[in-house]
Amino acid sequence: MARWRTFAWVSLLLAAGGAAAQPAGLGLGRPATPAEIAAWSIAVRPDGQGLPAGKGSVAEGEQLYLQHCAACHGEFGEGAGRFPALMSGQGSLRDHDPVKTIGSYWPYATTVWDYVFRSMPFGNAQSLTADETYAVVAYLLHLNDVVDADFVADAKRLPAVRLPNAAGFFELAEPDLPRGEPCMRDCAVSTRVIGRARAIDVTPERRLE
Amino acid sequence: MSGRGRNRRGFLAAAGGVLGAAGLAPVLRAAEFKPEAPDWTKNLGPGVDAAPYGKPSPHEKHVIRRSVEWLTATPQSSVNFTPLHELDGIVTPNGLCFERHHAGVPDIPPAEHKLLVHGLVERPLKFSMAELRRFPPTSVFHFLECAANGGMEWRGAQLNGVQYTHGMLHCVQYTGVPLRLVLEAAGLKGQAKWLLLEGADAAAMTRSLPLAKALDDCLLAYSMNGERLRSEQGYPLRLVVPGWEGNIWVKWLRRIELGDQPWQTREETAKYTDLMPDGRARRFTWLQEVKSVITDPAPEARLAGKGFRCIKGLAWSGEGRIARVDVSRDGGRNWTTARLEPPVLPKCLTRFYLDWQWSGEEVLLQSRAIDEKGFVQPSPAVLQKTRGVNPIYHNNGIQTWAVNRDGTVENVRLG
Ligand code: HEC
Repeated sequence: MARWRTFAWVSLLLAAGGAAAQPAGLGLGRPATPAEIAAWSIAVRPDGQGLPAGKGSVAEGEQLYLQHCAACHGEFGEGAGRFPALMSGQGSLRDHDPVKTIGSYWPYATTVWDYVFRSMPFGNAQSLTADETYAVVAYLLHLNDVVDADFVADAKRLPAVRLPNAAGFFELAEPDLPRGEPCMRDCAVSTRVIGRARAIDVTPERRLE
Repeated sequence: MSGRGRNRRGFLAAAGGVLGAAGLAPVLRAAEFKPEAPDWTKNLGPGVDAAPYGKPSPHEKHVIRRSVEWLTATPQSSVNFTPLHELDGIVTPNGLCFERHHAGVPDIPPAEHKLLVHGLVERPLKFSMAELRRFPPTSVFHFLECAANGGMEWRGAQLNGVQYTHGMLHCVQYTGVPLRLVLEAAGLKGQAKWLLLEGADAAAMTRSLPLAKALDDCLLAYSMNGERLRSEQGYPLRLVVPGWEGNIWVKWLRRIELGDQPWQTREETAKYTDLMPDGRARRFTWLQEVKSVITDPAPEARLAGKGFRCIKGLAWSGEGRIARVDVSRDGGRNWTTARLEPPVLPKCLTRFYLDWQWSGEEVLLQSRAIDEKGFVQPSPAVLQKTRGVNPIYHNNGIQTWAVNRDGTVENVRLG
C-alpha cells in the first residue's frame, strides 16, 4: 500500500516537472500565422474543403486547354506520344488493356482540380489562377462527357459532379496472401516455361559481365 | 636502437648462410632477384584530398542506376533501378538508391526549407531544418520499395534483369525525428484521423496517411546512411513510412495537414490503386507484402562454369521480420531452406544464402519468403487467380531464373 502511494507521487512529480519545463513537447518550432497557413494550403477534398472562390466555364477552359495543355495531352485529351490521355476508356476497366482516365477511372472531380492546380502544366506548375483552373477542369469534365457544354465550375458545383467510376473503389478487409506452412517436397506445380523475357526483347542493352 | 638493428641484420645474414650451406632452401643472389610488382606496387598513388568526397573505384563504373527509356514520357516523371545483383549485405549505397520523381529533383537550400504542421492541431507550427535536428534523433534500417516494383511482370516475364524486375528497392539507415514527437508538439485535436503529406517539388506530391501509422513508426528523416539525404531522395526532409509503398514516403516534405478524412489525391485514386479483374480497384493498399528475389545468379550475374556457387538473395516484408526463405532449384517442386544472415530486422532487407554445386544442367531457380506473421510469398499463378494481371502495383510473386547449360541466366515464367 505504502509502496503504491510512493510510486504515484513520483509519477505525479515527473508529470508536473515535465509539463513545467516543456509546455508544448520540447518547445521546438514556432507558431505558424494564419497568413502563412493560407499561402500554403492548396489541397482540395471531395467534400469541397479547400476549393477557393472563383469560377470557370467549359468554353473558357477550351481556350486555356489548347494554349497550356494540348501540346502534351492532345487536342481532345487523347494524349500525345507517351503523355497521358485525359479522356476515353469508359467501360474498359475489365478489358485486357484498360484505359484509365478521368472519365473511366478517377473517382472524384475535386481531385482533378487539386492535381491540375498543384502540378500542371508540367514544367510550369502553379501558374494557373483559380478561375483558370475551374475553367480547365470544366473543359476536361466536358471532354469526358460528364458535364454539358454550358457547365460552369465553382466551389459549389464541382464537388456535386459525380464521376462515372465513383463507386469503383474498395478496401480489402483481410490480406489475400497464402499463410501458414507451405509445401516443401514434390509440390504440385507446373514447371513448364511458358514465357521468356529474352523473346519479348524490350530490356535495355547493357554490358553483361 | 641502432645497435639492435645491426645485431638483427647480422643474425639474418648468418642464418641465410647456414640454410644455404645445408641446402634446405634456394637462396637467390640480390642481383638476380626481381620481385613481382605491378605498377601500383611501385609508384605513389594520389594523396589525400585528391577526392574530398570519395567515389567508388573507377573499375566499378558499370555499377549504376539504370532506366528503361520506353517506360515513361519524360525523364522528369520517371524511374530508374538499383543494381541489386552488384550489391552485398543489406545496405544500399546512397548513390545507387533508385529514383522515382514526378517532376524532377528540386534544388532546395536547407536554410529556406520549412515544415508546416497545421489543420486539426492545437498549435499550428512551422519548423526550420535546424529546429527539426534539435529533436532527439532516431536511426532505423528500413527497406523502401516502389509499389510498382515488378509492375511490368504481371503478365509474364518481360524484363531480362533483376535490376529491372526488382530494382525499385533500396534499404538504408534513416536518421530523423519520430513523426509522433512533432505531432505531439503541435497537439492533436480529437477529430484528427488523417494526415496530408505534401512535397515541395514541382509535383507538390501529396498523399493521405492514417494517423495510427503516423503515430506508430514514421520518421521525419534528414539523413541516410549517416549523411544528409541525397537531393534525389528528398533533401532536406522526407517521410519514412516503414513497410509501406514508396510513393507515400513523401520527399522534399514541406507540409503536414491534419484532417478528419483522406484527401483522395490523384496519387491515391488515379494512381497507386490496384485494378482487379472485376473492374473495381483496391485503394489504400499501402503495405509492401512479403517478397524475395535471388540477386546472384541473375540475368546480369551468369554462371562461369560448373561447380560451387553461393546463391545470394534478398527478402523483405512490410509486416515485420523475415522468418524464413526457401530456395528451389527445380521450378518450385522441392525446396531447401536458405541461411539468413543477421541482422534480421523488421521491415528491412534480409540477406539469404544457399551453398550450391552446379552440375551444368538446366535449372529453374526460385526463392520464397515467409514473414513473421506467417504470410507466404505466392507464385505468379496464385497471385493472378485473385488479382488478375492489371493491378500494376504490389506484385510480390515468386521470381524464376532459368539457368541454361551455357551458364546464362534468364527471366522466365512457368505455368
Ligand atoms: C509538357 C507536357 C505537359 C503539359 C503542357 C501538361 N501536362 Fe498534364 N501531364 C504531363 C505529364 C508528364 C503527366 C504525368 C505526371 C506524372 O507522372 O505524375 C501529366 C498528368 C496530367 C494529369 C493526370 C493524368 C492521369 O490520368 O493521371 C492531368 C489531369 C493533367 N496532366 C492535366 C493537364 C492540364 C489541365 C494541363 C494544362 C493546364 C496540362 N496537364 C499540361 C505533361 C503535361
